[in-house]
Amino acid sequence: MTMFLSNLISGISLGSVYAIIALGYTMVYGIAKMLNFAHGDVIMVGAYICFCCLYNLGLPPVVGVLASMAVCTLLGILIERLAYKPLRQATSLAVLITAIGMSYFLQNLAQMIWGANPKSFQTVIPAGNLTLMGGELKISYVSMVTIAASVVVMVALSLFVGRSKMGRAMRCVSEDKGAAQLMGVNVDLTISVTFAIGSALAAIAGVLMCSAYPTLKPTTGAMPGIKAFTAAVFGGIGSIPGAMLGGILLGVIEILGRAYVSSELGDAFVFAVLILVLLIKPTGLLGKKIHEKV
Amino acid sequence: MKKTTVTKFLRKFFPYILVIAAFFICQSMIAAGTMPRTTKSLLIPVCVYIVMAVSLNLTVGISGELSLGHAGFMSIGAFTGIVIAAYARQALGVPETVQLLFAIIAGGIMAGIMGVLIGIPVLRLQGDYLAIVTLAFGEIIRNVLNCIYISLDGKVLHFSFNRPDLPGKLLFRGPTGATGVSRIATFTAGFLLVLFTLFVVINLIHSRSGRAIMAIRDNKIAAEACGLDVTKYRMMAFVTSAALAGMGGALFGLNYSTLVPANFSFNASILILVYVVLGGIGNITGSIIAATVLYVLPEELRAFADYRMLVYAVVLIAVMLITNNQSIKNFLETLRERSREKSEKKGGEAA
Repeated sequence: MTMFLSNLISGISLGSVYAIIALGYTMVYGIAKMLNFAHGDVIMVGAYICFCCLYNLGLPPVVGVLASMAVCTLLGILIERLAYKPLRQATSLAVLITAIGMSYFLQNLAQMIWGANPKSFQTVIPAGNLTLMGGELKISYVSMVTIAASVVVMVALSLFVGRSKMGRAMRCVSEDKGAAQLMGVNVDLTISVTFAIGSALAAIAGVLMCSAYPTLKPTTGAMPGIKAFTAAVFGGIGSIPGAMLGGILLGVIEILGRAYVSSELGDAFVFAVLILVLLIKPTGLLGKKIHEKV
Repeated sequence: MKKTTVTKFLRKFFPYILVIAAFFICQSMIAAGTMPRTTKSLLIPVCVYIVMAVSLNLTVGISGELSLGHAGFMSIGAFTGIVIAAYARQALGVPETVQLLFAIIAGGIMAGIMGVLIGIPVLRLQGDYLAIVTLAFGEIIRNVLNCIYISLDGKVLHFSFNRPDLPGKLLFRGPTGATGVSRIATFTAGFLLVLFTLFVVINLIHSRSGRAIMAIRDNKIAAEACGLDVTKYRMMAFVTSAALAGMGGALFGLNYSTLVPANFSFNASILILVYVVLGGIGNITGSIIAATVLYVLPEELRAFADYRMLVYAVVLIAVMLITNNQSIKNFLETLRERSREKSEKKGGEAA
């Protein structure tokens, strides 16, 4: 029982990281209607920036996190302006291939700058456990902070999208780009802000993920990125609560699958879930049904 | 303006002529002893990657579906081929050429079967979702291969899941893959496989089914309204592509003495996709040239190997941006119109 609970908690904690990444995916997909394949690699860049701040410059953890958020925000805007904006009118195949190219570019650039050898990430959260149930159940501080951070991010993002003027513009653009433009919404600015927020969230996710799993290499972001996309699809792409729910469920499925079925097949479970969801409910758990128009 | 029969003939048969000419040049260089050893070792992989690129072009270019799991089919073909070749040698005692033939056929069939199984769910989806699900399948294949153990005991093949304690000699052991494979792949076999692939793909494109596949690519709803069985034709392209990838994989597997499932990761799929995109989506000759040049160049320029992938990435992005740039498109259109006007003045002979 305590074993199950501790697995469940580490699943929720991993799922919270996926959820934060998935939020970035889902917002970009909802608004720009594109799959930002490079999103996973922004996570990796965020983690490296934080690593450099802590290890090379000796700055306090809070400054490291803020710096990595700032760099990733700029990076997100830059990627959107340089690579995706010229392709607004192109086919989705062209945009997807460009995004894959961007992902490769970031990975290889990181390899040139920081080398291919894995670096061991210094956790930004004090190590240690919270002991419950007479010492049987241990919850690490990292898990607790991760879960708390994801709840805060989720609430803040919901308020931002639901209440603020920019949030309303985002919802308009995601509904109908042309109509939004006619109503005086600055579409380019809205898309840039979306990329900025998504990338800042990716930086947070990168730092949290590397605090829990402390190996950092240029390909660190690739797999979590793909899994987070899976989570976004699972919850219904374009939906913010959906990304959160999908992320947490996926994390729990992965950890429980590894623990109780087969440790080698953890990733296979995640992808099998994706395929099943797309076949049974193509719009995801909380997604809206889209009608095909001729 | 009429196109002359000569240009039509050339357009259809140019890929064959190119491949045959390249084969004879390489063979005469080997015979004359002027080909360096390093270049010689690249010949078989180049053949394999041409097969991979042409077959992926069938899915991406002709059928218009982005597949990100092509290396998955390649790995199935490779490991099936290795097991079948070892079985044919030990249990049937056939000569190497026949072993190779069995391996390639078995690899193709196995990958084709997987293509059907994967195609059924995948082809119900479209666009980005289809791409991500093919990626997911590629990863699942790699994950499952990591858990499979196959051994040969006398004339009996044993399979197991996650248990290496099998009787006889282990042919394939999960994450450590296949070791001690006898390298029976030959350049001639590679050349013949490339010709076979071209034959299948080009004939498919120029057939009734090929036109149906392209019609579905261009407008699915219109094609459906014309009474085309969309699923059947999409499936035809997808499974043919998978089977050809499996055959290429079998040849690839028998060219190295050790092979692990990790060789066929997502990056391998992307590499093949890069060949297709840079060669021109839907252009078979382009795929052949791109696969050859992009495989040989980095191997010959080992000094720049560190920058290879970075340059790939930049070129990939640049090609997509340039080919989708509206002003460049307009400029090319004007050029084309001008040359058309000129050829019309000459009475259509200059085409």
